[in-house]
Amino acid sequence: MLTRQARRCFSSSAVLRKTLVLAEHTNAALVDSTLPAITAAAKLGDVEVLVAGKNCKGVAEQVSKLEGVKKVLVAENPAYEHGLAEDLAPLVANFSKKEEYTHILAPASAWGKNLTPRIAGILDITALSDVISIEGQDTFKRPIYAGNAIATVQSGEKLKLLTVRTTAFEKAKEGSSSAEVKEISVEGDANTKSTWVEEMQQKSERPDLTSANIVVSGGRALKSKENFKLIEDLADKLGGAVGASRAAVDAGYAPNEWQVGQTGKVVAPQLYLAVGISGQIQHLAGMKDSKLIVAINNAADAPIFQVSDYGLVQDLFQAVPELTKELEKAKQ
Amino acid sequence: MKRRVLVGVKRCIDYNVKIRVKPDNTGVLTQNVKFSMNPFDEIAVTEAVKMKKEGGFEEIVAVSVGPKECQETIRRALAMGADRGIHVETDEELQPIAVARIFKKLAEKEQPQVVVLGKQAIDDDANQTGQMLAGMMDWSQGTHAYRLKFAPEEVECTRETDTGLQTLKLKLPSVITCDLRLNEPIFAKLPEIMKAKSKPLQKFTPQELGVETATPVKVVKVTEPPKREAGKIVESVQELVAALKKEGAIQ
Repeated sequence: MLTRQARRCFSSSAVLRKTLVLAEHTNAALVDSTLPAITAAAKLGDVEVLVAGKNCKGVAEQVSKLEGVKKVLVAENPAYEHGLAEDLAPLVANFSKKEEYTHILAPASAWGKNLTPRIAGILDITALSDVISIEGQDTFKRPIYAGNAIATVQSGEKLKLLTVRTTAFEKAKEGSSSAEVKEISVEGDANTKSTWVEEMQQKSERPDLTSANIVVSGGRALKSKENFKLIEDLADKLGGAVGASRAAVDAGYAPNEWQVGQTGKVVAPQLYLAVGISGQIQHLAGMKDSKLIVAINNAADAPIFQVSDYGLVQDLFQAVPELTKELEKAKQ
Repeated sequence: MKRRVLVGVKRCIDYNVKIRVKPDNTGVLTQNVKFSMNPFDEIAVTEAVKMKKEGGFEEIVAVSVGPKECQETIRRALAMGADRGIHVETDEELQPIAVARIFKKLAEKEQPQVVVLGKQAIDDDANQTGQMLAGMMDWSQGTHAYRLKFAPEEVECTRETDTGLQTLKLKLPSVITCDLRLNEPIFAKLPEIMKAKSKPLQKFTPQELGVETATPVKVVKVTEPPKREAGKIVESVQELVAALKKEGAIQ
């Protein structure tokens, strides 16, 4: 009896599946983190995307052109301008009840991590963080213990609420057709519990850390903020992004948002260059899925050499300028 | 009514331990492994102590949910400066939503103005409990807190985001989750550790609190991540550049 019921649940024709992706955006443009979430959602069924913001119709247009997207829902309200969880979570919770979604996915970015569990709290259901693989309608893989173990988790919730590790799925590409864009009505005013005050952002010409093809990261061995310029110069020479270990960030050599690791950003570029980084468990958690790992460190026994494809045991203050010069030479 | 802070502390495998997956793939080995307080929770306790010193709060209640051994974690929080402890004892491994339900019950009982938690536990890496609790209570939330400024009715919370820092004004009551750079954790000295032994510690079970901890989520298996092949040590920068060109990693 149970088996038959279970079989019915798994059978794709018996259940009407509806998947919603929560789009991260700046009101002016879509944030890249949404693209892998759409790819993940497409593995589950037809994808609808919710764009909630202020004057964000352009973003909705942009989303409607993406492959796999069947429908774009736009919720406009001045209160949504900064994507605060206190405003968006009740919207999504109410909307999901009305529309009976079976899956809601958001990127496992700082924004998605802030928002998604609040939705789960309102609905009193479980959520799964940082999903790296979709094994079936109800079965997912996610890393635990700083990526040193992978848990396969089965959820019997009617609504599966997931955040998606952005480096684990390809970015959704622009398709040949446009999906329907539909406005949904939004009632109510801004929440009175939280208000946005200001944003302090690093302006940068460099590629985004989480989606860059090349990342050059520096650690404690750089010794100062001034010396960290060596890392930035090398990154610029390679057209890459700059990353940092927690030690470098804590010492003030690099800003917080450059931190790669279990508690910072997770990256998986084509090339990851770790300079003066010993390779602690917590750092490896954020970069060990990189295609090619190169380590420069003067300590031959540094754990980073156990995961690196190429290692150079040398003083970074000698090796990095030489490498930068060598690359310059190669370009000419 | 006392201005009270509730602070959550989780007992986790120590962050320095290289964990091992059980051969039967049911979890990770926990026997003869060092456990300690989740590093983010040390920051949460430290912040609560700071709030009591400077922010006009009067009492800190440290809460831990889990097996008997969690009492050591609570004693540690008491040694760091918490006033009393609550242990919600269960041998089950709970999902964050179940922990959030327990904290909701305790928040209703204790009426804190602020609940301070770590932003994530380093074992399940979920980063959910604080947000879930805030959603359940319909309170404001300040996640990944980098800097906090408390006023009688509100807190100014600067948060770490993907692009930099964001500052919000949050009305109390509020749930705050701490990022690593919020403070330098307090080191408990021996006299405080001794004193902590006589601080009050209440015990409950989830059933006594009337909380349903079961969830329809099942961990099917736990496996090791794919291993990387051993790499090559090159002798010079020139050799490195040649290797990267050959790999097609650089032009």
